[in-house]
Formats: sequence, C-alpha cells, structure tokens
Amino acid sequence: MIVPYGDMLLLAIILFLLGAVCSISRRNLLMILIGVEIMLNAAGLAFIAASLKWRLLDGQTFVLFIFAVAASEVAVGLALIVYSQRRTGSVNADQYNQMKG
Amino acid sequence: MTLYAVIFYVLAAIVVLSTLLAIIQRQVVNAVVCLIISFIATALLFYLLGAPFLAALEVIIYAGAIMVLFLFIVMTVKVESDEDAKAEIYRWLPAVVLAIISFIVGGVLIFEIPGSKISLNTGMASPATFGQFVFETYWFPVEIASFLLLIGLVGALYLGRRESRKESEDRP
Repeated sequence: MIVPYGDMLLLAIILFLLGAVCSISRRNLLMILIGVEIMLNAAGLAFIAASLKWRLLDGQTFVLFIFAVAASEVAVGLALIVYSQRRTGSVNADQYNQMKG
Repeated sequence: MTLYAVIFYVLAAIVVLSTLLAIIQRQVVNAVVCLIISFIATALLFYLLGAPFLAALEVIIYAGAIMVLFLFIVMTVKVESDEDAKAEIYRWLPAVVLAIISFIVGGVLIFEIPGSKISLNTGMASPATFGQFVFETYWFPVEIASFLLLIGLVGALYLGRRESRKESEDRP
C-alpha cells in the first residue's frame, strides 16, 4: 500500500504552483522557461498517479506525449531566446518594450 | 505507515525542496543543477507509482537532454543580473499570495472528494505491456507527436541559423 491518491495530487499541486510562481515572478527568460518545465513535470506526476488509481495505462500514455511536447517546446523556446538575445542583446523580459522590426 | 509510504514522503520532500531551491536561485546554472536533482527524484516517484519506462524516460529526456540544453544555452547567452531587491519583493508577493490561495482551495477540494483517503495498492506496468498498449490504442497520436518533434527541430534550426546573407553580399 502506498499513500492515498489525495497526497499525490497535493504534491502535484505544490509542484505546479512552484513552477507557476517561478514563471510569473522571474524576469529572466531562461527562468520563465524553467518554470514551464516544472509545471509540465507536475502535470505528468498527476497523470501517473491517476493511472495508478484507476489501473489504466491511458494516463501513462499521456505522460509520453507530455514528454514529446516538453522536448519540442524547450528546443524552440531556447532557440527563440538565443535569437532574441542576438537581436536585442538581453534576456530580460522587461527589456523587450519596443516593437521595432 | 508502510515502507512505500515512507519512501513516497521522503521523495516528495526532496522534490519540493530542490524545486523550491531552484526557483529562488539568482544564477541560472545553480537553478538547473537543483532541477536535475528534482527531476531524478521525480523519476524515482514515477517508478514507485508503477511506471518504470516513464521513469527511465524522465531521467533521459528531462534530467539528461533538456537540462543539458539549458546548460549549453546559459553558457552561450550573456545573463545580466540587474534586478534590484525592492522591485523583486513587489514581483514575488502577488504570485506567492495567489499560489498559497490556490493551494488551500485545491487541498480542500481534493480532500472533500470521497475516497481520496484510501491508500492505493502498488502496481507495475512493464515496458512491454505499456508499449503494446500505446501502439495498439494510441498509434495515431504517436505519429502526431513525432511530427511535432520534427517541426520543433526545423523551427529550432530556422531560428538558430546565422544571418549569412549579408556576409555573402559583402564577399566578392
């Protein structure tokens, strides 16, 4: 016997909120992307706990797709960060205050 | 409290603490190293909750590929630290208050659901069973996911290319 389902969901909520706080309150673009990664990981944890509760493999399959989405998201996101750092010379989100082409 | 419960709570404490350490670091490199610990503990949690294949994937993809990619980008990009402490308090406070409120509401909501206090039995889905299930039931989303990865690859290549047109114009 492991712990109740509620405890697993509570852990997933804590992780998700930590990621959300990170990506809301930091101004560094890299830290914002790290917050998104933490949130995706927390969603995967909730899916796997649900998969264990209902004895269905669908939840684990969803986590597989979350991994694919996270990998492609971080590849494109980091390329965007490098691109905008090359354009503006900064990775601070507050510095992007002009829409010059 | 069984041994599995003790393992779960220890791993949960490690995950929450290292994630908390990661999001309050000022340097991105320290945050990435803390997150690697967090992801490895999450992989152990996945194994405890009956997903050994996904635990291996978590170590390979999250702790391996994604975090190493972050480390390379941190080395490439110049990160300036010009945040003053006073403005930082005003930025952290609303987010933390909202997070605490959502945590309380979510906790009340979870423990109001009947049956949320019954301990779950252990289970284990072997990688062979999991793979057979995925490719029998979800073969079309797998194709879409591979297409998404291809698009991500092309997009990253397009965004990361050098501006070579001006250089070739300058050259005779």
